[in-house]
Amino acid sequence: MSNAAHAPIIEITDVSKSFGSVTALSGVNATIREGEFFSLLGPSGCGKTTLLRLIAGFEQVTGGTIVIAGKSMKGIPANQRPTNMVFQSYAIFPHLNVAENVGYGLVRKKLGKDAMRREVDEALAMVDLTGYGERKAHELSGGQRQRVALARALVMRPKVILLDEPLSALDKKLRDQMQHELRSLQKSLGITFILVTHDQEEALIMSDRIAVIFDGTIAQLATPEELYRRPATRKVASFIGVMNFLEASATGGGNTPYQLTISALGDVEIDASRAPDRLKASDVTVVGVRPEMFTIVDEDTGNFERQVQGKVTSTDYYGDMTYYTVALPGASNPVTISMRNTAGRAVAREGTQVTVGWGADSIVLLE
Amino acid sequence: MMGVIGRFISSNWLAVYAVAYMLFLYAPVILLPLFAFNDATIIAFPLSGYTTKWFDLLWTTEALHGAVRNSAFVALSTALISTLLGACAARSAANHHFPGQKGVMGFIMLPLVLPEIIVAVALLVMLMQLGMSLSLWTVIAGHVLICTPFSIAILSSAFAGMESSLEEASFDLGETRWGTFRRVTLPLIMPGVISSLLITFTISLDEFIISFFLTGTDVTLPVYIWSQLRFPSKLPSVMALGTILLVVSVALLFVAEIFRRRAARRQGAGPGSTQGLV
Repeated sequence: MSNAAHAPIIEITDVSKSFGSVTALSGVNATIREGEFFSLLGPSGCGKTTLLRLIAGFEQVTGGTIVIAGKSMKGIPANQRPTNMVFQSYAIFPHLNVAENVGYGLVRKKLGKDAMRREVDEALAMVDLTGYGERKAHELSGGQRQRVALARALVMRPKVILLDEPLSALDKKLRDQMQHELRSLQKSLGITFILVTHDQEEALIMSDRIAVIFDGTIAQLATPEELYRRPATRKVASFIGVMNFLEASATGGGNTPYQLTISALGDVEIDASRAPDRLKASDVTVVGVRPEMFTIVDEDTGNFERQVQGKVTSTDYYGDMTYYTVALPGASNPVTISMRNTAGRAVAREGTQVTVGWGADSIVLLE
Repeated sequence: MMGVIGRFISSNWLAVYAVAYMLFLYAPVILLPLFAFNDATIIAFPLSGYTTKWFDLLWTTEALHGAVRNSAFVALSTALISTLLGACAARSAANHHFPGQKGVMGFIMLPLVLPEIIVAVALLVMLMQLGMSLSLWTVIAGHVLICTPFSIAILSSAFAGMESSLEEASFDLGETRWGTFRRVTLPLIMPGVISSLLITFTISLDEFIISFFLTGTDVTLPVYIWSQLRFPSKLPSVMALGTILLVVSVALLFVAEIFRRRAARRQGAGPGSTQGLV
């Protein structure tokens, strides 16, 4: 943590925001590190965009503090903050051409004509739009508008770039491409990016760390891998990817391993280090299992240490993957199981009796 | 023969109605230039010959020139003031919401539907009570009252078409509020502003009732024309003047419409549209 690359660039302490009687955010704490790709992920209306606008300076906090690059942002308006925003609508100035759009913020810096053109050209090159300077705003495609908006922010050399759902208006193919481009651009420039998104897949692909926001508070702040493998709460678990919830009860915890009884699977012991910090054994009512953590046992997979019998109730064939819904005795809801379709593997059809294999490490303890 | 016409009317009654309607509406207006070029003092058919002497007469009438100057001053001031006020009201209505907003906006728009004579008399009574003497400025005040609603209506659509994140983007890029207005807001609403200036100018130029009640010793053009109607010998030159006014008004409204359409087009092509969205 003493490494300069990991120094905090934004410190958000106990931030709350209310609009009249409506509370948009409360008790938000987060530290965003320099050079990090940080995402604010949550369903619409959860307060993620409000948090971004508080950082940008379009809104002022009701309580708490935001410190950017060691300086308190209290009372500092958006035009004096070391942040620049890429808007959801891109907000390209329709009366200016691409070069004038990109150079908009430089005009106030009074660089001189040549220096300014150099900066603009450089920024356009970064986003792969060399030679587009003379284009009019309405001649650009959605993806190009997005690049212009990004170049316009980059040219200001901000400490932090804020992106408000920048990919939501693009079609799927372009979105996939832009996700990788944005990510590699961020890595090569080393600028901190903060991305607001409601798309969990996008957040997982692009981010170094993700803050999952529900109802105006951060439910979990973790790396994509942690978030997927160890979601802290049931709500986070069902928001990120697909999760099976199985009824369970537990004893132990604290310094001793948890002794779980899962009605559909049987008894299992799980190390306390794998549980969320605040978890108490008496509070456990369900555990989570990801679909890929179950295996439908066949000759390829071999036998598992722990196996239960089940019956396939439906089969969804996706080409590379097959998603099965399997009824397990003792489980009130059938579980979803995903299997990779390897060359020799037969697809089990509806009504087939199958053996489901699992391991202790596939069980996720939830708050 | 009658049967043919009857059949034509019954099968094309809508077209016939439309033509009759247009004739009724515009025939009197067409008479204006007709008699303005007629070489006779009496306004009656048959026409007796072509002349431009009534127009020549206008160039030598000093009182008329004074009235033209007054009208130009009043119309220009009215256009500037009501467009400025209209821009402020339209901007606040487009971007902010406050309690009682609908009521306040309705109140501002009210002069649009109030009988002008009522407005004029009420203003006159009030000015008298305040002990203010009548002048061109009182006429301007009255004209601003009735022109501002038009201004708001035109500029509201200009502001509504402008995406609010454009101003935020400018602010985010380090520009000040004034700089944002100058570099982003104003250029985008400019066609609306020009359209508003032209329309309020035209309304003020043609307005008679308020000018008549609120004017002092300096008369505006419509009031001057009205005063000339008492002298039959002056009638042809009034026709000539009317012709000029007609042409100027139509030209101004035509230009205003061009600017209004350009504004709509500019914003239609802007990022405010759903272009590229689902």
